[in-house]
Amino acid sequence: MAIAKLLPSGHPRIDHMEMRHISKRFPGVIANDRVNFDVRAGEIHALLGENGAGKSTLMRQLYGLYQPDEGEIIFDGQGKTILSPNDAIKLGIGMIHQHFMLVNSLTVAENVALGLKSSKGFLTDLDVVVKRIEELTKLYGLKVDPHAYIWQLSVGEQQRVEIIKALYRGAALLILDEPTAVLTPQEVNEFFAILGQMASEGHALIFISHKLGEVMDFTHRVTVLRDGKNAGETLTKDTSKTELAEMMVGRQLKLVPDKAPVKVGQARLMLKNVSALSDRGLPALKQVSLELRAGEILGLAGVSGNGQLELAEVIAGLRPLSAGQVLIDGQDISRKSPAQIIERGLSYIPEERNRDGMIKDFNIAENLILRENNKAPYAKNGLLNFSVITKTAQTLVQQFTVKTPSVETPIKNLSGGNAQKVILARELSRNPSVLIAAQPTRGVDIGASEYLRDQIVRQREKGTATLLISEDLDEILALSDRIAIIFHGEIMGILAREEASLERIGLMIAGEA
Amino acid sequence: MQDFLDWTVVIGILSSGIRLATPYLYAAIGETFGQRSGVLNLGVDGIMLLAAFSSYFTVLTLGSPWLGLLVAILVGGLMGIAMGFISITLQAEQGISGIGVYLFGLGLSDLLFQKFVGTAKAISGFKEFPIPLLSKIPFFGDIFFSQSVLVYGAYLLIPLAWFILNKTTFGLNIRAVGENPEAADSLGVSVQKTRYLTLTLGGILAGIAGASLSIALLNVFQQNLTNGMGFIAVALVYFGGWRPFYVLLGSLIFSFVNALQVWMQVLGVPIPSDIAVMMPYVLTIVVLIFSAGRVRPPAALTKTYERGS
Ligand SMILES: Nc1ncnc2c1ncn2[C@@H]1O[C@H](COP(=O)(O)OP(=O)(O)O)[C@@H](O)[C@H]1O
Ligand SMILES: [Mg+2]
Repeated sequence: MAIAKLLPSGHPRIDHMEMRHISKRFPGVIANDRVNFDVRAGEIHALLGENGAGKSTLMRQLYGLYQPDEGEIIFDGQGKTILSPNDAIKLGIGMIHQHFMLVNSLTVAENVALGLKSSKGFLTDLDVVVKRIEELTKLYGLKVDPHAYIWQLSVGEQQRVEIIKALYRGAALLILDEPTAVLTPQEVNEFFAILGQMASEGHALIFISHKLGEVMDFTHRVTVLRDGKNAGETLTKDTSKTELAEMMVGRQLKLVPDKAPVKVGQARLMLKNVSALSDRGLPALKQVSLELRAGEILGLAGVSGNGQLELAEVIAGLRPLSAGQVLIDGQDISRKSPAQIIERGLSYIPEERNRDGMIKDFNIAENLILRENNKAPYAKNGLLNFSVITKTAQTLVQQFTVKTPSVETPIKNLSGGNAQKVILARELSRNPSVLIAAQPTRGVDIGASEYLRDQIVRQREKGTATLLISEDLDEILALSDRIAIIFHGEIMGILAREEASLERIGLMIAGEA
Repeated sequence: MQDFLDWTVVIGILSSGIRLATPYLYAAIGETFGQRSGVLNLGVDGIMLLAAFSSYFTVLTLGSPWLGLLVAILVGGLMGIAMGFISITLQAEQGISGIGVYLFGLGLSDLLFQKFVGTAKAISGFKEFPIPLLSKIPFFGDIFFSQSVLVYGAYLLIPLAWFILNKTTFGLNIRAVGENPEAADSLGVSVQKTRYLTLTLGGILAGIAGASLSIALLNVFQQNLTNGMGFIAVALVYFGGWRPFYVLLGSLIFSFVNALQVWMQVLGVPIPSDIAVMMPYVLTIVVLIFSAGRVRPPAALTKTYERGS
């Protein structure tokens, strides 16, 4: 028998883990359809796919949270059955979930000790645990104070605690489910530095993601899933973002929508010297003046937190102005209520769509009529007309290609992209004079993003004036006719599309030009 | 008024305050375990009643208080398991299931009492058990060391509960399950098992709380003997911020005010008796208002848990 090679943590490594022909069905969906996947010691292997592609389901089977309906899981040549997370942990698998599995009111050491056999019988042995954590933090360069409470830690530190938890339990193979979703760019770099080191020391790492940039920059190999099936497998160095994106969605993508030339019309939205305060009572907007005309998209570029949110809320009537004037189609709406402003033709796709854009427990049909729910044809004499509501909803769901079993499905059950399509359908179907789209594709799949962007451009051809607020400069450049740059609540300048470049905007949003 | 300041009166008030806290302590500490693991059991009062009757009936027929206590423990434990079955296995809403358990205990204890006993008969339950030497200390001896075994037990329970919650793996599991059951589950800590254990323990302690009334403090049973004590115990858990020593503090304040008002009535202090009886309850409400939000409740309190949802 060969002697198992050891990891720095002292546990044996897993040289090769293979999942073969894995199938997993849920009522109404085949989440995994004969999927093959493998990972080797020393590599960071990306598992890439759109939301709902079946990535988490596949990995949950490896971690014993679900059992495969078919297929086998093979560790270094030996088939294994994994019935529970405990079995997985015994095999040397660790999983870091999309939402951290940490108990906020406990200390780091207590979180690590949880569920482990104590060396002191029924008493906890936190002193022993603390010692071992300190060893591991040294070995792997994971800075964390074992005595700190979880609630005192930054998100990045909490993630390190998750890694320590897995290493403590002897993880040789680590599954990371969308680990970077919650990290700042700075933290992302530190995080991958740690992963890189772990891989070079013989750990096998599975990185689940739908972020192409991180996959290209930090991984060795990629497996792509689409609709529960394998869609490709390649070494990272042999592929490109475009190729991976196309594997994910299964077709050619148009990341920049076609824009037909449109003759801009009269001014639809005017802001004159608008000032407003932030929630904390500090000046958030300082003398902002903007003019949007029919048939144009004005991109508002800026780092989030520079007044964009306040600007959108002022226009929508959700935040009082401290000075200035807002006009829609020539009418002053500065002191009007949100309902009156909607009446004047404003549509708004809010940045916090889960909080401000929908009622999560309402179904799709109900969410679709939210702006018009007390008006004909949806309501008459205070009674809702459900047959009309359902029919309209069905039409919109079809028209906007929302993927859902029915219009009676609660909107909280939809993926981010599909929920956003519902909001877009509601806002565009009223053919607004003015559309404010705040971060319309943030956290949305590439396929759905492409569709959402295309719809916003189509709406422009119908004479809507659109204010596109986005942190994604590629998106601003792809959609806008003119680009305004906001910094510390002030408009730093407005560029025509031809004058704008990534570099120029990049400098301006940092307040440097 | 002269009498009121008499030493014997002071000793009387303090010693009955200590004694009166007993059922609250057992019940509230039991409830603390349940709530720390995420289960609100509003059925405490019902469990107390059923156990109070069972132990009373045992002593009435068989004569042994220790046997009565054992029966109370069994009945309480079974009721705790029943609450667990409803709220953990069947995943019923905790508040409603607790009220159900309460009404069940209230009704059944009365029914059994009417059927098998009829009119209240006094029994001879646990006697005072003066601790040798200690009970001879002037003043303190009478207050602290001349009580019944069940009273001593209630006070020993406090540090024990603190120790279990903070120093044992079982306690760590309880705290984790009550705060983030998903995280506990992902590390192989069984949420269901932990919650069944705390509810059973809570049931046993509620049972002892009931027995402490019927076979130690009052030595009698009647319809609705507890008169809502179980609910006060739940309030004391909130007041104590889910921590045993603060639960003790709350129970003592409540019981001393109660003892004070009883003695005031006995001594004929001119206060309408309705007002006097209200005092401890008003105090509880006031204290709860001021203590609200001071300590965060266990994050998963009242939430049922199912893997993968
Ligand atoms: N527990 C479950 N019950 C029913 N359907 C599920 C469950 N988990 C996942 N699914 C479905 O399986 C598909 C794949 O989901 P998932 O593995 O979470 O995708 P990903 O992680 O790639 O976003 C989706 O259609 C999802 O709705
Ligand atoms: Mg997922």
